[in-house]
Amino acid sequence: MLRYVIRRLLTAIPTLFLIVTISFFLMRVAPGGPFNQERGLNPTVKANLERAYHLDQPLWKQYLLYLNDLLHGNFGPSYNLPDFTVADLFRTGLPVSIQLGASALILALIVGGVLGIVAALYQNRSADYAVIATATAGSTIPTFVTAPLYQLVFGLMLAWVPVAGWGGGDLAHKIGPVIVLALPQLAIVARLMRGSMIEALRSNHIRTARALGLSSFTVVVKHALRSALLPIVSYAGPAAAALLTGSVVVETIFAIPGVGRYFVDAALNRDYTLVMGTVVVIAVFVVVFNLIVDLLYAVVDPRVRYD
Amino acid sequence: MQDPKAELIPGAAESWTVSDDGTVYTFKIREDAVWSNGDPVTADDFVYAFQRLQNPETAAEYASMLYVVKGAEAVNTGAGKPEEMGVKAIDPKTLEVTLNAPTPYFLEMLTHQATYPVHRASIESLGADWVKPGNMVSNGAFTLAEWVPNDHIKIVKNPKFHDAENVKLDVVNYIPTEDRSTAIKRYEAGELDSNDDMPTEQLADLRAKFGDQVKIGPYLGTYYYAVKWDKEPWSNAQLRRAISMAIDRDFLAEQVWGNSMIPAYGMVPPGIQGYTPAEADYADMDQLTREDEATKILAELGYGPDNPLKLEIRYNTSENHKNTAVAIQEQLKPLGVEVTMVNTDTKTHYGHLEQKGDFDYARAGWIADYKDPESFLGISRKASGSNYSNYHNPKYEELMDAAAAAGGNAEERFKLLAQAEQVLVDDLGNMPLLFYSYHNLVSPKLKGFEENVMDVHPSRFISKEG
Repeated sequence: MLRYVIRRLLTAIPTLFLIVTISFFLMRVAPGGPFNQERGLNPTVKANLERAYHLDQPLWKQYLLYLNDLLHGNFGPSYNLPDFTVADLFRTGLPVSIQLGASALILALIVGGVLGIVAALYQNRSADYAVIATATAGSTIPTFVTAPLYQLVFGLMLAWVPVAGWGGGDLAHKIGPVIVLALPQLAIVARLMRGSMIEALRSNHIRTARALGLSSFTVVVKHALRSALLPIVSYAGPAAAALLTGSVVVETIFAIPGVGRYFVDAALNRDYTLVMGTVVVIAVFVVVFNLIVDLLYAVVDPRVRYD
Repeated sequence: MQDPKAELIPGAAESWTVSDDGTVYTFKIREDAVWSNGDPVTADDFVYAFQRLQNPETAAEYASMLYVVKGAEAVNTGAGKPEEMGVKAIDPKTLEVTLNAPTPYFLEMLTHQATYPVHRASIESLGADWVKPGNMVSNGAFTLAEWVPNDHIKIVKNPKFHDAENVKLDVVNYIPTEDRSTAIKRYEAGELDSNDDMPTEQLADLRAKFGDQVKIGPYLGTYYYAVKWDKEPWSNAQLRRAISMAIDRDFLAEQVWGNSMIPAYGMVPPGIQGYTPAEADYADMDQLTREDEATKILAELGYGPDNPLKLEIRYNTSENHKNTAVAIQEQLKPLGVEVTMVNTDTKTHYGHLEQKGDFDYARAGWIADYKDPESFLGISRKASGSNYSNYHNPKYEELMDAAAAAGGNAEERFKLLAQAEQVLVDDLGNMPLLFYSYHNLVSPKLKGFEENVMDVHPSRFISKEG
């Protein structure tokens, strides 16, 4: 198992290298630069800025400089927020996004999972239809609709919670964004769970378990659930990587200081170092969560082993 | 610095004198001026700040604004030595600044943050971290307490500030809200006391809901189209005139921008005391007459239904810029002008303009850094990096030079600048469309919030009730 993990992590290194390289050069294909703005810069000032950030060097040299910095754990300064380094921005923003994303993911998995099981057990009955209807609605109503609606009803009309802001992550500020972020995921989890549960309940080993006279609780929770969880696990890995690295829409509408907005803002601002920083962070998250998913397979499915 | 009405008042200096030729400014720094850590504010702090601004390694964006200081540009290009710049400490409380030429707006410039003093000892010991909360030593009414990017900046009252007894607020939180609809809801819920932006497309609703808490008024900013001046067919002055005449700016201001903009027929917005901005001669003509005239010009130039004029508008991504371009497209259609549009993101747009890429008309805007017509007219000078139109008329350069030379005589200078502006406007070196306005939502609880053309509202003069 440990050897497997080490091997996987080692193979991730060339993958990351490739991602960094491709992104670095792709990013520079985009026209315009970090210092193009409405207020045009004096040529001397612009030359000074480019020298300060090594943008006056040939591209291959900038690439080598960046790789060298990266290997020393230095993500460089942000061009657009010059008072912060890219590392600063992630140090303050990533915990916020992780907190928000993890809460939403847990909520989605638990509530979505339970709803899916209930729907499967009461297949084609009213409870099932209710879950399916909710799930369809949840996955089709976009976040940019649910978020302002939540703000309007709970923040303004009822005044139970603040309209927006993070407030250091207290419950009142967090609850709305978490629910809004979780809803579409919850809907997907519920549908996945329902489908895989129905299939599991029809499988041979469940029929055997029932024939052996096991209580239906034991059958469902101990035997059916275990095999039904596999699709959820494979879904949850990439979903976790996406959720924990921040949501652009939710963070923008709720004015949350996470890293989700950097993906878009950095690209639009041609904030090259921040673009690269976000690419590296996302890539690492995806690699790690794919690994976790594969390890979880072994836990959930006894047929899978990594020796 | 600026008072609540954006008028000049003494800040760190208690008084100053200007030499007869208008080039040497001698500032007497107030005796009780201290940094937030207790160190006295000295002339050396200013000398250091000015030298640091021009040091090429600082790579300061606003260095070029202060090229008016003698020797500054040379330092910034790397040719000169910082100590040779025209900024000297005569004694710890006397600062002398020598300029290249009389520059009447120099004092206005000193309201800009690029000219503020910095605390040398903390920059030298902390490097880039000197701006971090807890490290930052300042000489203003407040000091930095917290700064979480995209979340908030919290400043607290500086008890060592010379006028601390008149500063009413103990804490000010600056909260950025990217989504404007969210900002309005936060304001409505009382989470914000004031917000400096609003969805202007909902202006009528907002006015109905918030009444006079919606504060809108002229702001020193111009929304214009650059026009490729040296390219056929736009090099024809009559053609540029016809296009400009045919555009119904009242419609743009009222319908497209929901009255959050003001029709513009010149480059310098109103609101600079003593200056009478130039205007196109068709400003007071009614729109129908203008359209007739424009049609006539186009016909004379051989454009018409059989030979339609093709015009491409480039703009940077924004719903309002798009709507403006579409409205212009509709307005020019009856004249047989076929308008097409190219939309790119902001960086691509300005990158294209800076590289002198090809275009017909391109959107641009200019917001004043300081309250002087020069700020708006300088961008159309031949050598300016913002002269996207490639505008060049020797007469304009001549008048601008004459105005600079007349620096000592404010009245004469403004007169020359207005003449220069008239040349620019008649030439349509740029095609002005609209003047910006500020739009603030201000809670009635806030006192001392005065509307002004610079849209500056120093917290030092604001208080909050209840």
